[in-house]
Amino acid sequence: MTRTRLATVAYSAVSIVLFAFFVFPVYWMVNTSLQPNNEIRGSDLHFWPDNLTLRNYETVLFDPGRTPFLPAAGNSLTVTVLTVVIALVFAFLASVAVTRFRFASRRAFIITILVVQMIPGEAMIVSVFRVIDGWHLLNTIAGLTLVYVATVLPFTIWTLRGFVNGVPVELEEAAMIDGCSRAGAFWRVTFPLLAPGLVATGVFGFIQAWNEFIMALVLNARPEMMTLPVWLRTFLVANGTTNWAGLMAGSTLMAIPVIVFFLVVQGRMTSGLVSGAVKG
Amino acid sequence: MTTVDTTGPDLAPSAGEGRRPAPPRPTRAGRPRDPRARRARRGGLTPYALLTPALIVLALIVGWPLVQLVVTSFQEFGRAQVFGAPPAWVWFENYADVLTDPVFHGVLVRSLAFAAACVVTTMLFGTLVALMMTRLTKFFRMLLSIGMLLAWAMPALTATVVWGWMFDTAYGVVNHVLVNWFGLAEYFQHSWLIDPLSFFLVAGLIIVWGAVPFVAFTLYAGLTQVPDEVLEAAQLDGAGGVARFRLIVFPYLKPIFLIVTILQIIWDLRVFTQIFALQDIGGIRALTSTLGVYIYQTSIAGGDFGHGGAIAVITAILLMSISIFYIRHLAKEEEL
Repeated sequence: MTRTRLATVAYSAVSIVLFAFFVFPVYWMVNTSLQPNNEIRGSDLHFWPDNLTLRNYETVLFDPGRTPFLPAAGNSLTVTVLTVVIALVFAFLASVAVTRFRFASRRAFIITILVVQMIPGEAMIVSVFRVIDGWHLLNTIAGLTLVYVATVLPFTIWTLRGFVNGVPVELEEAAMIDGCSRAGAFWRVTFPLLAPGLVATGVFGFIQAWNEFIMALVLNARPEMMTLPVWLRTFLVANGTTNWAGLMAGSTLMAIPVIVFFLVVQGRMTSGLVSGAVKG
Repeated sequence: MTTVDTTGPDLAPSAGEGRRPAPPRPTRAGRPRDPRARRARRGGLTPYALLTPALIVLALIVGWPLVQLVVTSFQEFGRAQVFGAPPAWVWFENYADVLTDPVFHGVLVRSLAFAAACVVTTMLFGTLVALMMTRLTKFFRMLLSIGMLLAWAMPALTATVVWGWMFDTAYGVVNHVLVNWFGLAEYFQHSWLIDPLSFFLVAGLIIVWGAVPFVAFTLYAGLTQVPDEVLEAAQLDGAGGVARFRLIVFPYLKPIFLIVTILQIIWDLRVFTQIFALQDIGGIRALTSTLGVYIYQTSIAGGDFGHGGAIAVITAILLMSISIFYIRHLAKEEEL
């Protein structure tokens, strides 16, 4: 007994150390962002923001410097929302095709999706840059959105396919017996059950597009067309290591939507499906 | 994780599996078939119409550039060609140049070694954390989960910037603690990023920190599937902790373990953001570039699309040959 209790205490202690290891960088980012820049460059370390200030956020948000934050945030939001909406619609149609129909090249299509998903974007930057340039879409919302839709699409189709598969065809058939058309049955019965799946998949697409760095760096390098990751990098290069407090404020602003969304959707992915729609 | 990458398709729920009603009736051929397949219709042109939008986007943004990439890799394509000069066909010259270039060898070896180190550390660390999670009381398991979720949710770029700040030469918390708490005076104003080896130590730390949560959560989910009765029976038969892990837990875990390892290999070989941003903060590019960063430097920064294309094709082939295992696994697992 005492031995197992000792083990429990030891494991608990280790888990606290691990908790600290995982949380500390996130804490340190927020902590630094709330302190005056001259203070964090002093010889003392401030483990909590004892001289709390929002000055860094003000500077990042409203200082009309070379690298304004708000336009970049606007670009990020526009591209991300457009990407999610378009990708969800296209992926939804495709996932219905592969789950509710048996057609000749169905398997080939799914394999293609999986292969495309694994093509490394780093290898594609060269040619995507040239193709987008050829269509005169460099430094445009449309160009970046188009690229992001293609980036997010394979994952979205694959995930939605799982969700649509999770809704038993029996439900649709029951509705059809009650007089619905096949499309009507799908729309009235299956689609509402897919709502949590669509939300979860959409949020994952959001996170992917919001965080995307390399394509945005190559395609939208012009200051007024930057997205947040490129903005953060530009801020880093422009200020070097002189304005860590501002840099941390910018990082926090960029990370917060992702962290919130991530925490929200994490549970949704596993639960909230159609549990209970059909018994055992 | 990437970035993008923390969300692999394996997060897709395989709901519906095991919910199939009644044992499948044998068909005329005497072979049982998936009841879903029996019910699904051929539907004429409808499925193709539904696939069209997705296929068009993928053809435009993946298919066409892929063709372009391969074509360019066989051409001499520099700045002059960007401004309209017709590219000359050099066929395999770019590939020969790249494959005999000692700089490329350096990049390749560096990428492979770095990825190997990251994968081994991540898997080891992740497995230990997952095993520990099964022993924790509910409160401490929640605590650890929250911590790991935060790390997992952090975008790769912001994570890199934050770790870069923590390892800052003059005001970083790491140097401060090492000097003032542990009395290691040699770390006063110590630069972590100038020396390539410690540059990769920091980069690896960032990557492992961000990747362990995914590994730990996935393996933990697998561990909860191991039936308690079997473990108890083994314990009664006198199997110790190590024996129980080797003989019972690991066989259960093996498929998940394999797939997570493959994903880690792919992601760590592809690493771009962390290396690129750390170089911005203070690394020496020539000594620390990995494959992805090298492609960027050669083609986008250097303007040499021909050689950049060849490097990109080689990288893609390398990564896709590993990805095949993953794709085959998914295709088998999900009964397409």
